[in-house]
Amino acid sequence: MTALSGLRVEPPDGFVDRVLDRVGLVDEWVLLDGPIGPLCVAFSTRGVSLVRLGADAEEFEAAFRRRLGRPVRRAVSVPGGIERALRTGRAPRELSFDLSGLTDFAREVLTVTASIPPGEIRSYGWVAREIGRPGAVRAVGTALGHNPVPVLIPCHRVVRGDGRIGDYAFGPAAKRSLLQAEGLDPDEMERLADRGVRFVGSDTSRIFCCPTCRDARRIGLAHRREFASEAAARAAGYRPCARCRPAA
Amino acid sequence: MADCGVLQVMEDVDADFPAFVTQHAGLVWTVLVRGCGLPWHDADDCAQETFIRAYEALRRYPVQRRRELQARPWLTTIALNIVRNTERSRKRRAEVPLPDDIITLASDDVGATLDSADLTDRLAGLAERYRVPIVLRHVHGMSYAEIAAALELPSGTVKAQVSRGLALLRENLRTEVSA
Repeated sequence: MTALSGLRVEPPDGFVDRVLDRVGLVDEWVLLDGPIGPLCVAFSTRGVSLVRLGADAEEFEAAFRRRLGRPVRRAVSVPGGIERALRTGRAPRELSFDLSGLTDFAREVLTVTASIPPGEIRSYGWVAREIGRPGAVRAVGTALGHNPVPVLIPCHRVVRGDGRIGDYAFGPAAKRSLLQAEGLDPDEMERLADRGVRFVGSDTSRIFCCPTCRDARRIGLAHRREFASEAAARAAGYRPCARCRPAA
Repeated sequence: MADCGVLQVMEDVDADFPAFVTQHAGLVWTVLVRGCGLPWHDADDCAQETFIRAYEALRRYPVQRRRELQARPWLTTIALNIVRNTERSRKRRAEVPLPDDIITLASDDVGATLDSADLTDRLAGLAERYRVPIVLRHVHGMSYAEIAAALELPSGTVKAQVSRGLALLRENLRTEVSA
């Protein structure tokens, strides 16, 4: 009776959406002003689920469905935390993220990335070491490339180990603009890296930092020392900064 | 088999529920339309209700219970209970008993136009006690153990119903051919 298998009934279009709507699992989205232009932000009671640069509603709703496999509709109100996060460049504690579709690894990468302060950059290797997987530098890059909530989780603050600003899901130019909007000069950072400088330290405190660390930027020129590697800094008798935890 | 009966581990019900509905909506719809013979709009109501109840139950269940759940029999049981309950309340309202076994598919059903109309009609002509097990076994490929769990019947009874139902289907076929 193999013909019987042809009697399978497919649910009508929109059935899954109607169910999800009735149990309250439909996400909402809103168009907001981001640091470098409009942003579409989707969220549910579980947290922010998708962020895309640009203002194309149709494209955003299609991207949402493609990525999360569930419906999304226009929001009536916006959770306060989202606008504050966009204004300050830092996600307030009450702002949560819905990272449920991701692997544990990707979630760890994004959690660490969320801790990088505005106006500072770290390398992919730094993130890899922070999550205790120093060998997984490329995997960190991949995970950040698929960051569902860019800008709010600032993957644009993670750059290449050689100091180049590197690529971005929305194009390298957008990455540089986002960093500029936070007061960082990407060209200057690349010039510094091209001179072989990876870390800077103070000869009074004998502490070395990532060049964009808040503490590093306070070092007076007369006391500023530059290092090409962590090993070089340590060999010179410097210890790593507890705030930026410098690593390759 | 992609459509395996065991619930993928739902650590986070809200996160996994959309995929759960997508994966099992076809089963629930087939049970309701082919098994219970519901017309399209009633099937839609009952199918929605099935997943809403499932969601509420999953939210209530401890994770261990969710891990041990067999999604397909479990959803089938919920769907059949909903049909039974709506029929009961409909009967009470109408105060006229509905025929127990045979509910014919309206010919303008969208489902009926989508596939082999003959077989659909023949299946719809069977009593529900044969129809539901046949649908679960031969349309959805569920094991006898799963069907027994879904219908809360002994596995032997289910096997007998399936083979008796198939025999009736074949008999119908022969009658038609000879006629």
